[in-house]
Amino acid sequence: MQKVNFTKIPSILSVLALAFMLTFSTTIQAQADSANEAAQTEAATPAADGVGDPAVGKSLFNANCAACHKLDKKATGPALRGVAQKYDREWLYAWIKDSQALIASGDAQAIEVFEANNKSVMQSFPALSNGDIDNILAYTSEEKVVVVPPTGAGEIAASSGSGVSNNIILGALTGVFLLLIVMLVLVSKTLKKIATANGVDYGEKPKGTPIWKSFVENQFLLLVTAVLLLLTAAYFMYGFFMQVGVDQGYAPVQPIHYSHRIHAGANEIDCNYCHSSARKSKHSGIPSLNVCMNCHKNIAEVSEDTQAEGLNEYGVDYNKEIKKLYKAVGWDETTQGYTGESEPVKWVRIHNLPDFAYFNHSQHVTVGGIACQKCHGPVEEMEIMEQFSPLTMGWCINCHRETNVNVSGNEYYEQIHEALAKKYGVEQVTAAQMGGLECGKCHY
Amino acid sequence: MASNKKYWKSVEQLDESSAIVEALQQNEFVTEIPTDEFLGDKETLEATSTTRRDFLKYVGFTTAAASLAACEGPVIKSIPYVVAPDEIVPGVANYYATTIADGFDFANVLVKTREGRPIKIERNDLSTMGGANARVHASVLSLYDNHRLKAPLVGGKEVSWSDFDIAVAGKMNEMQGKDIVLLTQTFASPSTSKLIKEFTAKFSNVRHVIYDTVSSSEALDAFQSVYGMRAMADYDFSKAEVIVSVGADFLGDWQGGGFDAGYAKSRIPKNGKMSRHVQFEANMTLSGANADKRVPVTPSQQLQVLKALTGGSASGLPDHIAKAVSSAKAQLAAAGNKAVILTGLPSVEAQTMALKANAGSVVMDAVKPRMMRQGNSSEVAAVVQGVINGKVKGLITVGVDPVYSLPNGAEFAEAYGNLEMKLAFASRKDATAELADMVAATPHYLESWGDAQLKKGTFSLMQPTIRPLFSTRQFQDTLLQWTGNSKKYYDYIKDTWSGVLGGTSWNKALEAGVLVSNAQVDNEVVSLSTVLNSSTSNGALSASQDGGLELTLYTKTSLGDGQQANNPWLQELPDPITRTSWDNYVTVSKSDAEAMGLTNENVANGGLDGSIVNVKMGNVTVSNVPVLVQPGQAKGSVGLALGYGKTAAIQEEMQTGVNAYALYNNFSSVQNVTLEKVSGTHEFACVQLHNTMMGRDIIRETSLEIFNTKSAHDWNPVPQVSKDHQEIPVTSPDADLWTEFDRSIGHHFNLSIDLNACTGCGACVVACHAENNVPVVGKSEMRRSRDMHWLRIDRYYSAEESFDVDQDKKEGFSGLFGDNGSLGGFGELEDPSANPQVAFQPVMCQHCNHAPCETVCPVAATSHSRQGQNHMAYNRCVGTRYCANNCPYKVRRFNWFLYNENDEFDYHMNNDLGRMVLNPDVNVRSRGVMEKCSMCIQKTQLSILEAKRDGRPVKDAEFQTACSSACDKGAMVFGDINDHDSEVYKEKKDKRMYHLLEAVGTEPNVFYKAKVRNSKEA
Repeated sequence: MQKVNFTKIPSILSVLALAFMLTFSTTIQAQADSANEAAQTEAATPAADGVGDPAVGKSLFNANCAACHKLDKKATGPALRGVAQKYDREWLYAWIKDSQALIASGDAQAIEVFEANNKSVMQSFPALSNGDIDNILAYTSEEKVVVVPPTGAGEIAASSGSGVSNNIILGALTGVFLLLIVMLVLVSKTLKKIATANGVDYGEKPKGTPIWKSFVENQFLLLVTAVLLLLTAAYFMYGFFMQVGVDQGYAPVQPIHYSHRIHAGANEIDCNYCHSSARKSKHSGIPSLNVCMNCHKNIAEVSEDTQAEGLNEYGVDYNKEIKKLYKAVGWDETTQGYTGESEPVKWVRIHNLPDFAYFNHSQHVTVGGIACQKCHGPVEEMEIMEQFSPLTMGWCINCHRETNVNVSGNEYYEQIHEALAKKYGVEQVTAAQMGGLECGKCHY
Repeated sequence: MASNKKYWKSVEQLDESSAIVEALQQNEFVTEIPTDEFLGDKETLEATSTTRRDFLKYVGFTTAAASLAACEGPVIKSIPYVVAPDEIVPGVANYYATTIADGFDFANVLVKTREGRPIKIERNDLSTMGGANARVHASVLSLYDNHRLKAPLVGGKEVSWSDFDIAVAGKMNEMQGKDIVLLTQTFASPSTSKLIKEFTAKFSNVRHVIYDTVSSSEALDAFQSVYGMRAMADYDFSKAEVIVSVGADFLGDWQGGGFDAGYAKSRIPKNGKMSRHVQFEANMTLSGANADKRVPVTPSQQLQVLKALTGGSASGLPDHIAKAVSSAKAQLAAAGNKAVILTGLPSVEAQTMALKANAGSVVMDAVKPRMMRQGNSSEVAAVVQGVINGKVKGLITVGVDPVYSLPNGAEFAEAYGNLEMKLAFASRKDATAELADMVAATPHYLESWGDAQLKKGTFSLMQPTIRPLFSTRQFQDTLLQWTGNSKKYYDYIKDTWSGVLGGTSWNKALEAGVLVSNAQVDNEVVSLSTVLNSSTSNGALSASQDGGLELTLYTKTSLGDGQQANNPWLQELPDPITRTSWDNYVTVSKSDAEAMGLTNENVANGGLDGSIVNVKMGNVTVSNVPVLVQPGQAKGSVGLALGYGKTAAIQEEMQTGVNAYALYNNFSSVQNVTLEKVSGTHEFACVQLHNTMMGRDIIRETSLEIFNTKSAHDWNPVPQVSKDHQEIPVTSPDADLWTEFDRSIGHHFNLSIDLNACTGCGACVVACHAENNVPVVGKSEMRRSRDMHWLRIDRYYSAEESFDVDQDKKEGFSGLFGDNGSLGGFGELEDPSANPQVAFQPVMCQHCNHAPCETVCPVAATSHSRQGQNHMAYNRCVGTRYCANNCPYKVRRFNWFLYNENDEFDYHMNNDLGRMVLNPDVNVRSRGVMEKCSMCIQKTQLSILEAKRDGRPVKDAEFQTACSSACDKGAMVFGDINDHDSEVYKEKKDKRMYHLLEAVGTEPNVFYKAKVRNSKEA
């Protein structure tokens, strides 16, 4: 029960500290704001109106604005936190509903904003009511929540505390056992003494040959044991040698920490979106960086939860990894444009099929309709990509023996499959029966 | 209890006061250890950065690293594009249509590229100009030639293009008003012609002269005088019934070559008819080898023969020639307008005679003639004279190497060195570029834009398939720059083509690579005034003097005019006739050789040795030329191939043969020479030492008459074997040791080879080389018959006047001795006749259903498949070579050495650039492994996969091997015999079908179609 107490104290402390800090920071921020905008008109205190609902605003923001705007960072458009304090509310309504019209009307402020943002045209949102916009602005006016990384000290203390208690329990247990043994010995001695006192005679047992000696003298047993030992040794040796060069589980450190868990798992991006050549080529292909940029032009940062998860569970700063991508592809975040200075990423190849073995992805993916996971494992759960299958010839052949050829709707197979099924007397022909075990199909 | 024992070390210890004992008690060692020597010098000690601890760290680290490295596999990096080009999908090949026009070879081709690099040349089916020959197929390797120029040179130093332009501009200013000659190859390009005209208009002191290294000037002169246009007649031999050739190797490089596809069509018997081909020639050529009747005639007699054929008299000719002439004449007359006479004689008179004789022939096309040769020998001779006597002050050479290829090259080189302006456009630092002040590095045709009008009205486009590998700029772009035109040549071509395209779009034309148009766009305007009296024949056609021999210079299938001499594929390609590679040599008739004491002999190590001679022509001597005794060479004549003996910018291994251009006096292919035997022997790299079939059943041949009148059983019998004293056919299941494997389901591949259509051109051999990463082994290994060609073309001579007579002779043997004794008889059959019949037979792995190789492999590395292919798993092979021993066709090739990344075999596989040509879909085999033809399983697998992906059955034409797709003659047909609509199935049912060595019972999946000769005389 001690354990619980230990862990709770620091967490309460940290919560208190957080609350304390937040209270102070808001007051400081508010003071600064009011100081800044003291000269402005009454529109300068929109927050005081308390019109919008930040929660509704958040969902509206994510649905309509997030593609181009971030709260604290410039994306395609400028950062929006505190925008309500910067501009007149009516002006903002007009701008959001149709910015081009505002610019065309010759509004000086509108033109200034337009030019400050590389003249990129903002989409018009005539469907948003003033109330909606108020909600959004309420959301953008919220203060930034500072994420305090959890302090590890408390946990360490807690775990060391539990370690101590475990040791004590173990020590006590050992003591009890020792005590028991001593007691047993004493009891047996006393019993023996009583027995001798009562005149019970045990009688000396005739001394036979010791077991090891009789074992050594029994040549048959010796031979059998030797054979068994040799066979066992051979079995393990074989196992050892067969795994040489089989890099199952190979998960090298990559120049950019790319998480399949996030992309394929959480975001459910189809494998073929990035590995598009798997459908038409023998190679699945590592996507070129322009494919990454299709999404990462807009995703410069991961969500705060993901970032925290990365830092805590995997020790990775995902945002830094995205910066690595930008550096490689030559993307300048501030100007939102390519610099032209690129540097290809040197990935470490994980699946190294030898040159003398021919393997074609399109045959398996497009024709066979086999899921990528069949060979590559649960990629959507892998934080770091690893070689899931052994990629040995035995593994290939085994699958060819067990897997039925995917013939449905494929005219190529129509005749061949019918004739082969008849010949082998089966309903469905396996890849092996189709000729998938012939040497030359993979080695030439 | 402590021991009181005292151990004595020496007697010295008895002496209490001994200094030695005293010293030993103080010191461990008797003599001082010289620690000061290595520790005393504090400076050195401190100067080294390695402390003792560091040293131990290093030792520990290296040991650990070594043991770790032994456990872990290497880390392989994968580097994707930053921005992937749209058209490139890794692992998928792209094809681009382009055109080769290097001044000697002109062809429309498709280029296969993988990940942006060209790896193979294929023929373009849309082209009407014939297919791609062996040189064109090999040209992709010349792209990756390490000896190419990598940047422009000024004064022998590499400079930037802007510096180069400045240097040239300065020179051109200096040269104002002085005579400069722009000496170029034939481009046959409308755009280039236009551009050169603009250039010469801007620099009026520059005049343009076209120089064909191997001249067709007489044919051009003759055509110009008859038809008023500087071009060469085109011939469609598929329409021919009778072809009479007088010294024209039209299946070789005669007048631009590329006639063989049409010829092959007329050679396949259809409805009981095929063409009749009579050849009068001196050297044994491909055309002579394919002819129905070949008459060896010296060049001087050839003129007479031609005269006799076109109406003159045959008097003065030897009887047998006169008889052949009269027979040919009668057949020509009978065939009417379906007859054609060709001549290769270097005489305007002879060429005109032939043109006039063909006037009404449907075979000849004079309306839309060929433009692939434009050179004018007399103009070139005048330029050469001008350079030598100093009238020409500057010379700009483009794509030609006059210092190497002129007959008076040495004299020219000296004069050239004294010129005020020496500018060469060259892709390599050849003999001329070596002497030039300024060398403009030009790209390979696969890196260039271009256009060509190969035949009037047939336009082709050339497009780059790879960025220039080096800092090169094509000639046309350079001219545009110098004429102050800001356009790129690409836009310039588009402008020219606006008049050509008609209704077609530019992109469509570029995709097809070839366009037939009625547009009137001239390559070159030639004024008629230069036409007449430009004959260049030097009278060598008159009979030779006493003791003299008539030399016919020719170009080989492999090296041609010598432009690609640094291409190991071509050097290693055996000559189709002599089966000798890596050399040129004087071909001498047997009787002349005997008279002069010249010999060829096979030596114990399996190589061919020959005598050496000096060839003398007037005061010109070409020394140390090896001699090859050539069956069929006309008595009194000799032959020698051009294109060899190059040394400038050629790798040492490829500096082969002698330069025969020294004998190319007045650009005439016929010369009078004498031979002078010198001591020593030459070692040839000849891969076929057994020249005759000795009456064996290897190539089946029959005459058209028998083919038409008798049943196939008579001329194409299935061999019989005896079972229970009953004759049964060897193909019967009763005669089989094995139970038959069921191949009726799925695909069953067969390859048909029509011996009537095969001319022996060798394009398939090079195509196979490129497709299957076949290594180059070099001359000395070739000599040991360790060539690695998966596909060879066997050539057989008859020992008597024809193969039939050989067979009759063999059948007629009785007993060992006597007139019909087999002992002497077989000896005679080994020796080719003085004028033999010749037959070609491409042989690759026959993919036997009952393969003898499979049963002897101890590790089951070779096995058969349901699809009819005999598989070879290289990684399983342990190299016992049992399979090669047991193969009756001798088609298996053993990797005696590591041929890649090995300095001993310093060819394309030994450098990074050359390895770019490798096909990534096929293994590069290692040492100690057997290899052989796979029937291009990578191609059949791909065709099947593509069909599967599209969900459709495979179309017949999709199944191709490298050889079958390279063959423009249709001699090789590949396909699925389980598809009864396929072409190969029809071929298999043909009555000419037979299997090679059928009696062995191997049941091959390659079959041949017996050769039929039209031996009917008039």
